[in-house]
Amino acid sequence: MRRFLQFIGDVTLFGIRVMANVCRRPLELGETWSQMSEMGVRSLPLVSSSGLALGVVMTLHTRSTLVAFGATALIPRVQSLSFFVEIGPLVAALLVAGRVGAGIGAVIANLRVTEQIDAIEVLSVDSFKFLVVPRVIACVIVLPLLTVFMDACGLVGGFFSEFAVSHLPPKLFLERAFQGVEWSNFVPPTLKTAVFGFIIGAVSSYYGYTMNEGTHGVGKAATNSVVTCSLLVILADVILVKIIFLLFPGSAI
Amino acid sequence: MTESRPAAVVLDGVSKCFGSKQVLSRVSFSVPRGEAVCVLGRSGTGKSVMLRLMIGLIKPDAGDIFISGYNISRLEGKELSRARCKIGFLFQSAALFDSFTLYDNLALPLRRLTDKSKSEIEGIVHQALNQVALTGEENKLPSALSGGMRKRAGLARALVLEPDVLLVDEPSSGLDRITASEIDDLLLEQKAMHQTTMVIVTHDVHGARRVGDRFAVLDQGKLIALGKPQELENHESETVRKLVAEE
Repeated sequence: MRRFLQFIGDVTLFGIRVMANVCRRPLELGETWSQMSEMGVRSLPLVSSSGLALGVVMTLHTRSTLVAFGATALIPRVQSLSFFVEIGPLVAALLVAGRVGAGIGAVIANLRVTEQIDAIEVLSVDSFKFLVVPRVIACVIVLPLLTVFMDACGLVGGFFSEFAVSHLPPKLFLERAFQGVEWSNFVPPTLKTAVFGFIIGAVSSYYGYTMNEGTHGVGKAATNSVVTCSLLVILADVILVKIIFLLFPGSAI
Repeated sequence: MTESRPAAVVLDGVSKCFGSKQVLSRVSFSVPRGEAVCVLGRSGTGKSVMLRLMIGLIKPDAGDIFISGYNISRLEGKELSRARCKIGFLFQSAALFDSFTLYDNLALPLRRLTDKSKSEIEGIVHQALNQVALTGEENKLPSALSGGMRKRAGLARALVLEPDVLLVDEPSSGLDRITASEIDDLLLEQKAMHQTTMVIVTHDVHGARRVGDRFAVLDQGKLIALGKPQELENHESETVRKLVAEE
């Protein structure tokens, strides 16, 4: 219990240190851009294929239920709302936690093992500002964008699945998908992924940056990053959904 | 001959513990400007720890370390960064940034710590690479370089800001005799041309005798001998005699 509380305290302080360093010069824009392209562009195949597959599966499941009530016209709307409100943000965050979180943990831990972090410090460069802050900022910016992409791929997957069964025209699918969808169903859930991005960036960087167990620790940092990030993203989701309901009562489906 | 010159490196009663293990115990010596001191000792006697203390990567439990007038052991943050600009450090593994090309490895400190233009930086980097015979390799990643090339690149990076003091950790480690000798030649050239003060931790007595003006011998965290190689050959301690003897 004591170790757990100490970990929570350490990660919180680490996160505060990240926030305190975000606006401090030098801004590390080049490194941030490079991390964004690494995390964003390279995560696209995973996010898009998962979105398409989930879209297809979601439609298959909802169709069998809605057919029983004669409400197949609602399939596009159920599809869009479920992706915008929960599936898109949460699944995108968990995928990024797996791919990017493990990468950040392992890369920074490897830099520690091979003395590259010491070399950065020796060259009078702030290693925390240079390595950690750009990665966290990149996660915060990239995750909402990936979520939008996941939502779009989910709708496309849902459309293909529905088209295969009912030959529903794409225009009608889109009209039904966005019927009754409010901005509050889309914007707050998408923006909450910025918080998930911060958690993934900060926690995985923490594991990598504070690792001191040699090469064995590199794998450990990667594994711990994925497990802890996934868990914290799910826990944060519960809290953020409640906050969104309080701030935007209309967003409740 | 050396005592008349001002000291560029001073260790004054430096001690360091890790847990219950005393790694360094009241180590004191000074290195006059332009002199090279080679630190010898058995593995685990605190040689590398001493270098890390000298660059401020870790703090001593007691004592002071002065490098180019800066009390490294008491500095933090920006002041420590400013002091480090005067110190070059060659890591045992070279510690090149593996995601950067060779050019970017050398250009990084110049971009971050100087106001030099892009063309000036390009000129300095090419000159530094030429000095260590790595011209034409600037676009390669460290993973594409041999051990000797990586070490030479690490040396070029350590020297790119023209430091007053160069700290070197095991320059010949993992290298064959000829390549190790090439690194020693580069260190000698640097000392002769720029009067750079050097503290070199090494196990290679042959190289140490070529580059070092004096030897400092550590044993169980204590400085047990300091002097010219010839003087130490007849030292009362058998450990010292064995460590300074040529194979």
